[in-house]
Amino acid sequence: MAYLDHAATTPMLPQAVEAYVSAAREVGNASSLHAAGRCARRKVEESRELIAAVLGARPSEVIFTGGGTESDNLAVKGIFWARRAADPARTRVIASSVEHHAVLDSVQWLEEHEGATVSWLPVDADGTVKLDVLRAELDAHADEVAVISVMWANNEVGTIQPVPELVAMAAEYGIPCHSDAIQAVGQIPLDFAASGAAALTVTGHKLGGPVGVGALLLGRDVAATPLMHGGGQERDVRSGTLDVPGIVSFATALEASVKAQPEFAVRVGALRDELIDRVLDAVPDAILNGHRTDRLPGNAHFSFPGCEGDALLLLLDAAGVACSTGSACSAGLAQPSHVLLAMCSDEERARSSLRLSLGHDSTKADIDELLAALPGAVERARRAGVKKPAAR
Amino acid sequence: MRVLAAMSGGVDSAVAAARAVEAGHDVTGVHLALARNPQTYRTGARGCCTLEDARDARRAADVIGIPFYVWDLADRFHEDVVDDFVAEYAAGRTPNPCVRCNEKIKFAAVLDRALALGFDAVVTGHHARRDEQGRLRRSVDAGKDQSYVLAVLTPEQLGHSIFPLGDTTKAGVRAEAARRGLAVADKPDSHDICFIADGDTQGWLRERLGSTPGEIVDAGSGEVLGQHDGAYGFTVGQRKGLRIERPAPDGRPRYVLSITPVTNTVTVGPAEALEVSTVYGQRPLWSGGSRVRAEIQLRAHGEVVPATVVASPDGLVATLDRPVRGVAAGQAMVAYQPDPAGDIVLGCATISHAERLASAA
Repeated sequence: MAYLDHAATTPMLPQAVEAYVSAAREVGNASSLHAAGRCARRKVEESRELIAAVLGARPSEVIFTGGGTESDNLAVKGIFWARRAADPARTRVIASSVEHHAVLDSVQWLEEHEGATVSWLPVDADGTVKLDVLRAELDAHADEVAVISVMWANNEVGTIQPVPELVAMAAEYGIPCHSDAIQAVGQIPLDFAASGAAALTVTGHKLGGPVGVGALLLGRDVAATPLMHGGGQERDVRSGTLDVPGIVSFATALEASVKAQPEFAVRVGALRDELIDRVLDAVPDAILNGHRTDRLPGNAHFSFPGCEGDALLLLLDAAGVACSTGSACSAGLAQPSHVLLAMCSDEERARSSLRLSLGHDSTKADIDELLAALPGAVERARRAGVKKPAAR
Repeated sequence: MRVLAAMSGGVDSAVAAARAVEAGHDVTGVHLALARNPQTYRTGARGCCTLEDARDARRAADVIGIPFYVWDLADRFHEDVVDDFVAEYAAGRTPNPCVRCNEKIKFAAVLDRALALGFDAVVTGHHARRDEQGRLRRSVDAGKDQSYVLAVLTPEQLGHSIFPLGDTTKAGVRAEAARRGLAVADKPDSHDICFIADGDTQGWLRERLGSTPGEIVDAGSGEVLGQHDGAYGFTVGQRKGLRIERPAPDGRPRYVLSITPVTNTVTVGPAEALEVSTVYGQRPLWSGGSRVRAEIQLRAHGEVVPATVVASPDGLVATLDRPVRGVAAGQAMVAYQPDPAGDIVLGCATISHAERLASAA
């Protein structure tokens, strides 16, 4: 089997599995005062310090959550609420039009239920956010803006956003920026303090850690209203008993992936380039989506004109190649990707797209397997592409 | 063979898919998402198009151990089935959306796509049989037989269709599902029209066609007996909901005899005026001789009447051995050749009109 869907989730690193299992054998609630509790607490705090050190944050800025979606919700809604509470005029949210649904839907929810006004930042044909539009929005509405959210790198097409420039621009107006860096950690260099971002989302299972644990890096002086109420375990911003094995395993994977990042970028980036070249060679009219160079080393994303992405997925799946069409709704229905639509407003191109994402254990054999199946799959999918049946 | 199993989320299609696997086929499950907004379709137990149904289908595919995908056919379904349903009622006919769905979606859009993608056939959980000669036959379970809604399939479509359940009763299918560990074993049967959430067809049609008041006229005297909100709300043979205040002179109930969209008139009369003895069908699909004896079925789960059928490329004319009541234009007329191994479908057509007995004309 060729697993080319690392952007969906990537295999756990052996040391992360070991860390998980070993921590899971121990009893202890990190909030308990006895010896077992203290032992659990120590593991959590060591993990927090490790993550802070690796990502350029202070330990107190690491807030453990149940994963990326929760971190995104907490950042967008929490900072919006806190900023609006401090200044009722701040009801505007600025976000890129290519955000992951965890941000996109949170922003839309604020619009529908909390009276927020939204400025969606357009992107160019490569999927890069247009900084001049941000400048214009800030010039026009700086006094109303509660929060800005722009992802570090796009989960579908892999385009890396100019987050440091964007944060610097927002800083001129004193506006906090959140960035969803889920796809970026371990793939490209990233430093929270240096970025100047107010909040940064990271998650475990995209970098070799377990599913269901992540963190929000939240600047020391950035206030966020909690989403959930309870014990206030994490800086009174996030409640819930801490998941000690998950956190330990997450920190282990994060450290390993960030340490390996330079090597990953070179090795996986070269594999990815080979994949792109060979796909474009085998299917000459395929279109590479996303920025050619400012993209995640593990990401390749194409449109195959005349094909439905979900037909290609079915055929490749049958041939043992796992990939993704991008986004899916709750029923598993293929929707044209909002990211592609924002980039090219071409529904057919959006529906014909396929993401092939590489990870730490990808090899040339995976690409060989893909290329063995792809041309035939494209040919078949093209035949099925015309949906109107012959009239009786 | 590589086969595509259409999985509604119900018990029949789940067992059909499981049987296809057992028969040695390479099976892939597909759930057809037909609703533009799944929340508005019949919920859970009764429909086939809700999110819950999609989950049930996915879970069944897991248990059977086959790949599973959801295909979005909502736009096609809306155009070919829902819009057609509305247009047919507006034209004074009584459509059968299941026939239309089989003809245009399941064994057309889905089958075409499946064949293009390299599948050899589509498997469904319909209660019907396809024999070795490729002929469609009734299921062993007469009560659940669905050959009526499949009769519209062409020989090419039938040739790429597999109906693994035709030799088993519904009770047998449920028992088998339980044996196979399929959670849908005791899921209630779906019935009514899947895209009308509350089962109120008239209300649903009124929302789409609006209120178009017209007259209810007595067939015998020509007298106006009352008003209606829209002729589309009536079906030939209907007795209830006429809201006629004056009783008939003979004191007997009156029934809808015909609907005339051009004048927006609903004509009513006594039960015996509903009786027809000759039924005309258009858009025929026919595999029998030009003049044959056959048994005719004029609506889903309706009674069967012996008849002489004359077939031509333009249509079918069935002269019934005895008159029947409540034959509605728009329904399918299906001709069967009785056979101990399952009555054989000779062909079908869409009912265009029917002639009443001389006494009622």
